[in-house]
Amino acid sequence: MAQAAVPHSQPVPVSIPVRELIPWAVFAGVLAIVLLYFVGAEQGVTALISGNGVHEFVHDGRHLLGFPCH
Amino acid sequence: MVRNLLVRGMLAGLVAAVLALVFAWVFGEPELGRAIVLEGAHVGHAAEEAAEPEPFSRAVQSTVGLATAVGVYGVAIGGVFALVFAFAYGRLGALSARATAALIALGAFVTVALVPFLKYPANPPGVGDPDSIRERTVVYFALVAGSVALAAVALYLRRRLAPRYGGWNATLLAVAAFLVAVTVACLLLPVIDGVPAHFPAVLLWRFRLASLGTQVTLWAGVGLIFGPLAERVLTSRYAPAPALPA
Repeated sequence: MAQAAVPHSQPVPVSIPVRELIPWAVFAGVLAIVLLYFVGAEQGVTALISGNGVHEFVHDGRHLLGFPCH
Repeated sequence: MVRNLLVRGMLAGLVAAVLALVFAWVFGEPELGRAIVLEGAHVGHAAEEAAEPEPFSRAVQSTVGLATAVGVYGVAIGGVFALVFAFAYGRLGALSARATAALIALGAFVTVALVPFLKYPANPPGVGDPDSIRERTVVYFALVAGSVALAAVALYLRRRLAPRYGGWNATLLAVAAFLVAVTVACLLLPVIDGVPAHFPAVLLWRFRLASLGTQVTLWAGVGLIFGPLAERVLTSRYAPAPALPA
């Protein structure tokens, strides 16, 4: 076909192999969960650190980002 | 490649967080401050506050505290966003990097922020029974997880239906299936109403609108800032080598 010689304006991009993604996904996923836990839930129902310092420090962000706060 | 995308995702998340912070500061903080004044006027809560002293002043909470919370949230979601993008790019058909990023941001906003907000909207201080915090936390995070899982199922469904019904119809069917499933999930989850009888309706509405606007700003920022950054990484790898001069 003559059309086959015409380059596509937008070809399907080459995807990144899953094998290459997994280590990053596991590491960044775990790290993100820890960070989001401290912003969104620490010293609410569960507390890894005693007191209410973390809760009070991120208090406004927690309310405005929509997390259940207190 | 993945490393470059991850770095750019966290960067896009940080910049988006700055934009969201400005929005939250301008529209959210005044309402939050008003709610705290009302909360302080409430006798029952005043006694509770006296038992547990505040470790940070309002000035710290509304500036450094808010910035830290939104900034950490932005970097974290930006990183995860980049990895979801790295998986999705090239697996959603012939979408450009910018279009892929915008689409993921829209999907993430709907599943992570909008769906949970519609069932369990953000509450200003003074709204919500402190005794129900356990239940509220569990159902909130359950809805976030459920909504993301249902979106993943809908994407899989779209992939299966596309050869038979065509891309457009398959997308419509998958979106419809997601909406039905999410609606059923929301109906099954318990109703939680912790708004005190005399809490001002306008204040509640404005606070919730500000909260939703903060999320919209954040996700729109991540999607639109990450797209061009990712495109630069991807084209530098896949672009055909320039013709050498003879």
